[in-house]
Amino acid sequence: MGSSTSLVPKSVTAAINAHGFGYFGCPHTFGQVGYRLKRTEQYIRVKPDNSSVVTDGVKHSMNPFCEIAVEEAVKLKEKKLIKEVVAVSCGPQQVQETIRTALAMGADRGIHVEVTGKDYETLGPLQVSKIMAALAKKEEAQLVILGKQAIDDDCNQTGQMTAALLDWPQGTFASELSLEGDKIKVVREIDGGLETIKINTPAVVTADLRLNTPRYATLPNIMKAKKKKIANVKPADLGVDITSRLEVLRVDEPPQRQAGMKVETVDDLVGKLKEAGMV
Amino acid sequence: LSLLVTLGSCLRGCRGLSQLAELPDTHQLLRQTCRDYADRELNPIAARLDKEHSYPAKQIQELGAMGVMAIEVPEELGGAGMDYLAYSLAMEEISRGCASTGVVVSVNNSLYIGPILKFGSEEQKQQWITPFTTGEKVGCFALSEPGNGSDAGAASTTARQDGDEWVLNGTKAWITNSWDASATVVFATTDKKLKHKGISAFLVPMPHPGLSLGKKEDKLGIKASSTANIILEDCRVPLGNMLGPRGAGFKIAMQTLDSGRIGIAAQALGIAQASLDCAADYAHKRTAFGSPIGKLQAIQFKLADMAVAIESARLLTWKASLLRDAKKPFTKEAAMAKLAASEAATFCSHQAIQVLGGMGYVADMPAERHYRDARITEIYEGTSEIQRLVIAGQLLKEYQS
Repeated sequence: MGSSTSLVPKSVTAAINAHGFGYFGCPHTFGQVGYRLKRTEQYIRVKPDNSSVVTDGVKHSMNPFCEIAVEEAVKLKEKKLIKEVVAVSCGPQQVQETIRTALAMGADRGIHVEVTGKDYETLGPLQVSKIMAALAKKEEAQLVILGKQAIDDDCNQTGQMTAALLDWPQGTFASELSLEGDKIKVVREIDGGLETIKINTPAVVTADLRLNTPRYATLPNIMKAKKKKIANVKPADLGVDITSRLEVLRVDEPPQRQAGMKVETVDDLVGKLKEAGMV
Repeated sequence: LSLLVTLGSCLRGCRGLSQLAELPDTHQLLRQTCRDYADRELNPIAARLDKEHSYPAKQIQELGAMGVMAIEVPEELGGAGMDYLAYSLAMEEISRGCASTGVVVSVNNSLYIGPILKFGSEEQKQQWITPFTTGEKVGCFALSEPGNGSDAGAASTTARQDGDEWVLNGTKAWITNSWDASATVVFATTDKKLKHKGISAFLVPMPHPGLSLGKKEDKLGIKASSTANIILEDCRVPLGNMLGPRGAGFKIAMQTLDSGRIGIAAQALGIAQASLDCAADYAHKRTAFGSPIGKLQAIQFKLADMAVAIESARLLTWKASLLRDAKKPFTKEAAMAKLAASEAATFCSHQAIQVLGGMGYVADMPAERHYRDARITEIYEGTSEIQRLVIAGQLLKEYQS
């Protein structure tokens, strides 16, 4: 692939922090989901005014699906199928930490799209997609890889919207990715099983859980990451208006789980279900 | 006045006090990476490793791939090319996940690679360090004997020259990593009459004819790391296997242990922190007398004391690391760090069991493992008593008019 004269993607833009708090695909992982809970045991609480969740003092980190996206991009570069990996993140100063993690994993350079304060709180998939589309054009990227969704808002929209804005093909929920000539073969995880598609480049791909196992940054790479550049841009520089068209009316905690009931026989179970009007 | 001047120049050499308050970016990233690794890969298996006394070979290899097994070793030799502050941070996070894995990492970094990096020739470094940076091979350090631990100068293991070989005879005791190691730094006396000035250091591969291992000790804690006697019976090595000059063995051992102390201090910090994590978490969840026990002053005072003990020991450890990185004298600070951290570990793990009550006494919670793991930190690489002697010795020198 690398030595052929057909299309070798010049650069892969791996989007970290597609929207919101500056982490791959989706921001805040509040320590509630997945492995974070096991360690920090931090519980997510809704603010007293039901406007959003409490973010002060809650640990943030790179969205797991974004880690997988970075890993895939770095692997493609190691196979010499692509020339350069650019890691992008939108958000306040803190997202630079996440970009550095991506650089330590093997990305070549980073772009920090500065979004702060109120703008950051209302930053959603549509705005991020516009930013990503503008950057993809500016950087002449051949491939944009994102995590399929962020584990705080579970939107699962940014990848798809970015592709639509660019009018590029998309391979979402990728569990396998390979470059074949000037096309990309993507195996997608769908409800019915696995679907294999071939799409033209340039394209957008979103990473699913089984695409790969992200590496831990090695210490030498952490040192090297210090020297890699992170460029700063503002959405306005890219000609993107990040005003939100959405207004969050209310955030509520899920209802408390009620205790269940034990029954002795199947007949009892059916009886109870009938009583509750469920059958 | 002279004391203040000493402090001033020392802090300047420390790259500024700010380093103690906020770590540089690279070090923060390193700390987070090691913490993620410990949370995901070590914490879930630590209880099983302890129960089965099984060596974490896969994890050591993964840590090797990350560069953690040879943090200070320059990149040309296969290491991570980082400093001792980085090493302390990595050690604390690794040990917080699994104390046994922590000691394997520490012995390889400080006690095995350390002296070779400092005193070895270029060929020795290539032969004895590079293969030990990847996690595939680990080394060990053989100083203690059945007859002497703290009294290191009284080594009775002998080395005599026979043609173009050294012949070693004797027994070494309490050797960490012994059953999993591929090489060892052995201290033997080449001139008994010179007492501690007659001790020399040797590099011996493992396995090797004339070198055999005693039974694995059944320890109270850090059970996943192997500890055993190393028995040398007419063990022959080439003359080129002497490390450093003849008679420099004692000096090499003492200087090596100075640095090793920082690693063990960091290991103790990890254990102490894990104990605090466990206790604080439990204080939120466990209710008694109608509220979470975290509301009770008795519990709050314990948690506060634990936190102070850990943070003070941590700052001592970082300071010792920064001094060493700045190539300033650090013997006193390293001893203080090891003393403070190991006593913090035993204190915190003891209190953690107390906070957990009955639950602290059973294997369902990690508190009992931390209690057992913590205990050795006050003993190996210089007992707390030896640390006090080292500190006092340095102090009295400073006050000599």
